[in-house]
Amino acid sequence: MTTKITHHPHAESLMSCSAGSMPEAFAAVMASHITMCPQCRKDLALMEKIGVAMFEQLEQTSVLQDAPVMHMRAAEADHGAIAVDAAVVQGGVPAPLQPVVGPDLTAIKWKRVGPGVAQHIIALNDDRANLRLVKVAPGQALPEHSHNGSELTLVLQGSYRDETGEYRTGDLADMMGDATHSPVADAVDGCICLIATEGKLKFKSLLARFVQPFAGI
Amino acid sequence: MIPQIENVRTISRLRNTPGSLSMADFLQRIAERGDVEAFRKLFQSYAPRVKSYMMRQGADANTAEELAQETMMAVWRKAGLYSVEKGSATTWIYTIARNLRIDRLRRELTWVALPEGHDQVASTDALPDDLLTEQERKLRVQTALAGLPQDQLEVVSLSYIEGLSHSEIAERLGLPLGTVKSRMRLAYQKIRDLVEDLK
Ligand SMILES: [Zn+2]
Repeated sequence: MTTKITHHPHAESLMSCSAGSMPEAFAAVMASHITMCPQCRKDLALMEKIGVAMFEQLEQTSVLQDAPVMHMRAAEADHGAIAVDAAVVQGGVPAPLQPVVGPDLTAIKWKRVGPGVAQHIIALNDDRANLRLVKVAPGQALPEHSHNGSELTLVLQGSYRDETGEYRTGDLADMMGDATHSPVADAVDGCICLIATEGKLKFKSLLARFVQPFAGI
Repeated sequence: MIPQIENVRTISRLRNTPGSLSMADFLQRIAERGDVEAFRKLFQSYAPRVKSYMMRQGADANTAEELAQETMMAVWRKAGLYSVEKGSATTWIYTIARNLRIDRLRRELTWVALPEGHDQVASTDALPDDLLTEQERKLRVQTALAGLPQDQLEVVSLSYIEGLSHSEIAERLGLPLGTVKSRMRLAYQKIRDLVEDLK
């Protein structure tokens, strides 16, 4: 996969990500993009410094217990363990996602939610936002819709196009609030996306619209 | 801008006066020979701050104490994985604390694990002299943070220190989500502009 990434998360999303403060579904989409995107990894490294600087300026709270020296002597230090390079995308599934969906996009069990649209919900502990894979048939248009909370969409396979441009493998659409768009999947490949959405109600209304028959293309 | 950079460089050199061991040296001693005294020094320097961090992230005092202890134990165990290319000792310990709190306080997978080697950009291009650059970068970030308007600093702090999502910050401050996001973005632009002078 040597596609060039042209759409990245906004800076404030990367910041929230580096702070470890995103709802889990968002963090999952960000992690998947970041493994594919050197540019965002670089930005993230600087944003991490913001956290470090703020951490360093925190007041100190006295610790009741001293250093646990006795345990330490017994503890095995992991000398020489090897850090795993996570920048691997196999079977269309970015490495961070593989533990929750498996290594192969073709093995996903899809559930049809409307004409040309199927999804696979990924269950998470954090219910502040939902995470799902969505598969859209070639040329299929989705009805124009808007987002009340934040929404992150990462293209894993194929591409789609909306008012803001074309999104190919690795591209991430960072959308918010009153943003309205009407995406159309690529005429040949369709697309598979990883989508995180805040708020359950919004999702239901969007789904309701999925179920309605679509006009056009 | 060159005179100013030189200035920062001088300051950071002065901070690493020869003879006094840096926190990175202590980490190295732990890694090489399980030096308990070095660990005690690190513990005294960092455990109280890690405890504050955990409390600000919503942990009660007991949990924060446990998490601070656990963070420092991880520092002991993983000291062999630390290298100066991964940044300062503070950066490394902070990221261990941050990952641990996502795992323990939120009981979530740590999707974007920052520390233990993700800093690939820095490490692959790192020259021996880059430790200074890291110091400089940190000073720049601190200067930039100190110069932020209060409303921007507030959202950055709520994000990094209190661990709130954008929507939660919007709710806490009674602001539209878009305002929170644009304040964060403006803050980042200022910080980046200041830091990028160094590259
Ligand atoms: Zn990117």
